[in-house]
Amino acid sequence: MATERMTVAAAMVKALEQEGIKHIFGYPGAAICPFFDELIKSDIQNILVRHEANSGHAAAGYARITGKPAVCAATSGPGATNLITAIATAHMDSVPLIAITGQVVSNQIGRDAFQEADITGASEPFVKHSFLVKDGTTIAEVMKKAFYISGTGRPGPVLIDVPMDIQKQEIDFEYPDTVEIRSYKPSFLGNKLQIKKAAEALKNSSKPLICAGGGIFTVNASGELLQLSEMCDIPVISTMMGIGAIPTEHKNYYGMLGVFGVETAKYALKECDLLIALGARMSDRSVTSLSPFHETVVIHIDVDPAEIGKNSPVNIPIVGDVKKVLEQLLTELNEMKHPRWQDMLYTHKSERVKRNTDNEKSAELVSPKYFVKTLCKYLPDKCAVCSDVGSNQIWAANNVVLSGQGRFITSGGMGTMGYAYPAAVGIKTAEPDREVVALSGDGSFQMSFMELATAVQHGINVKGVVFVNNYLGMVREYQDKNFEGRRTMVDLSGSPDFLKIAEAYGIKGETVSGNDRVECAVKKMIEANEPYLLQVMVDRTERSLIE
Amino acid sequence: MKHTISILVENNAGVLARISGLFARRGFNIYSLAVGVTDNEKVSRITIVADGDDYTLEQIEKQLNKLIDVIKVRTVKPDELLQRELVLVKVSCTAAQRHELISIAKITQAKISDISIDSMTLELSDCESRLENFQELLRPYGIKEVVRTGTIAIQKGTAALRA
Ligand SMILES: Cc1ncc(C[n+]2csc(CCOP(=O)(O)OP(=O)(O)O)c2C)c(N)n1
Ligand SMILES: [Mg+2]
Repeated sequence: MATERMTVAAAMVKALEQEGIKHIFGYPGAAICPFFDELIKSDIQNILVRHEANSGHAAAGYARITGKPAVCAATSGPGATNLITAIATAHMDSVPLIAITGQVVSNQIGRDAFQEADITGASEPFVKHSFLVKDGTTIAEVMKKAFYISGTGRPGPVLIDVPMDIQKQEIDFEYPDTVEIRSYKPSFLGNKLQIKKAAEALKNSSKPLICAGGGIFTVNASGELLQLSEMCDIPVISTMMGIGAIPTEHKNYYGMLGVFGVETAKYALKECDLLIALGARMSDRSVTSLSPFHETVVIHIDVDPAEIGKNSPVNIPIVGDVKKVLEQLLTELNEMKHPRWQDMLYTHKSERVKRNTDNEKSAELVSPKYFVKTLCKYLPDKCAVCSDVGSNQIWAANNVVLSGQGRFITSGGMGTMGYAYPAAVGIKTAEPDREVVALSGDGSFQMSFMELATAVQHGINVKGVVFVNNYLGMVREYQDKNFEGRRTMVDLSGSPDFLKIAEAYGIKGETVSGNDRVECAVKKMIEANEPYLLQVMVDRTERSLIE
Repeated sequence: MKHTISILVENNAGVLARISGLFARRGFNIYSLAVGVTDNEKVSRITIVADGDDYTLEQIEKQLNKLIDVIKVRTVKPDELLQRELVLVKVSCTAAQRHELISIAKITQAKISDISIDSMTLELSDCESRLENFQELLRPYGIKEVVRTGTIAIQKGTAALRA
């Protein structure tokens, strides 16, 4: 490609085109106007959100479903600081997000100019890397590096801050095909010796267990995971980020572990004699205490060496691309059978399922667990279930049913309320033929329901579900347990009728107030060929877990 | 336990902030930090003396390595390291005391860098424990000011840390 004379703003747009970007989620302000002005000339579609945090969440949803970096853009100062929650959320969940922010003109930087915020400084703890572009001639290199860093290795957010005058600077632009960063070597094979050791340990194990994390999706390693689990007859549990890594109804899958996980998954973790953690951080939320690992051989496979041994002791660390390591490991292994171990877990699971189903029938209003299961019964295989944070997240996580193509998308590491709807907007934008449902709590929904407007304006056919319990339910639960039931700041009285809210945006919907209405309402929602909202009335005392 | 960590970094704006931010954020204590450019103007070398057990050290190294601008990180055992720090000490010094201080300077191999009617500034480059010794020797005269550069370190023998 020959060099062309153009402004930095035009060069940024050209770079995005070169990276295959089709959509940007953004919100304007003076400092980012030169960039947006150039975007008009491009085929890249700009989707106007209603709050910058949601531009980040939408781009994150987009990135998680496509597996490639997605872009959000905001103006300087408050626009940029509004982005921070989304950046931090993406960082925690290793999502490749490119955040572009306008900055005040170069010679005003450091003087507390109007709408100046040190966004590279403020976002520093939450980015994989960031750039403050002080010299427009570096823009091609910066953009190329940003995409490379964000999308490879352990993905993460990269922020590019561009002062207004720099955006207008004229430069010679040529987009490089490749980029070399000497200090950054993101993707690699696992150490052969370690892989042999792991295979050996697996052969000696009678109760092996796989814990699948979000890293499986990063490198699209579901196939290899399934192969390992089936060939070697190994039960699988997952972290919240790893839900759907293998089909939830697979006979080898025993559910999510962790504080809010299912009993069988926790039981499996306690009983196993060998654990393979795959692209999972083994965070405090997943592994409640370190003691389960006492006698267990732990094989930890992750692309980020810093995660290995950070949260729990590891016997056989393998650093590398999870997909490649699995491929390597598979060549070292032959068929295995663990019928007694599988039986043990299966029996445990069956008892629990029965107890749960009995519970659901007695629910007076709508049982949210029953709702999630029914929803999934009617969703096509190619779907995405986005969930917010709170009890609703746990209801969704522990009851969602996904086949190979289905995805469960939630804010795992950060637990950011308001994530579901904008993330769903992003996913639906990326893949219009995927059925996308956002499940929210009534508290969470009130943090992002302004995005109903985004869905309407851009014709993004997202289905929303609000579980109304008129409480910040999970916090109420926490207070009940830890503060002798003194409930403060958790009553959501004053909340609106969400159906009326939807109506005000011109969105159709329905209020569902009994289990008997669920099936019909769900079918109608899925059939709708436009944005749609279900307001689901659940028992105020419904808890996150049944146990 | 104290560790001396040598870090080679790209000489980019903000790199020091990223590194010091990382230490602060993850609760790693810094005793001293010294920065300077290397023989390659694009590469700076940061020497950090930090506190922590083996787990902490491993985490520090791994987290540092994740920073894009960090090229290399190395922690070398104290006995394999040549460590130096420069100190400037300004002490009260009457005319009558000058000879005493000159002889202290001679024995410790310190330099007398400045002198006035009632003060003297001594300069010494040495390892940390000797600097402390040196300060103790000067303390009785009345220390007015102490400035230290922080430790820099290089591995003994032919091994070299290069970008
Ligand atoms: C942005 C943000 N603020 C506060 C919290 C703390 N928090 C966790 S769950 C929760 C309650 C969520 O309420 P709701 O969305 O109604 O869900 P429910 O638990 O009632 O299902 C709160 C406030 C959070 N996770 N995120
Ligand atoms: Mg609620």
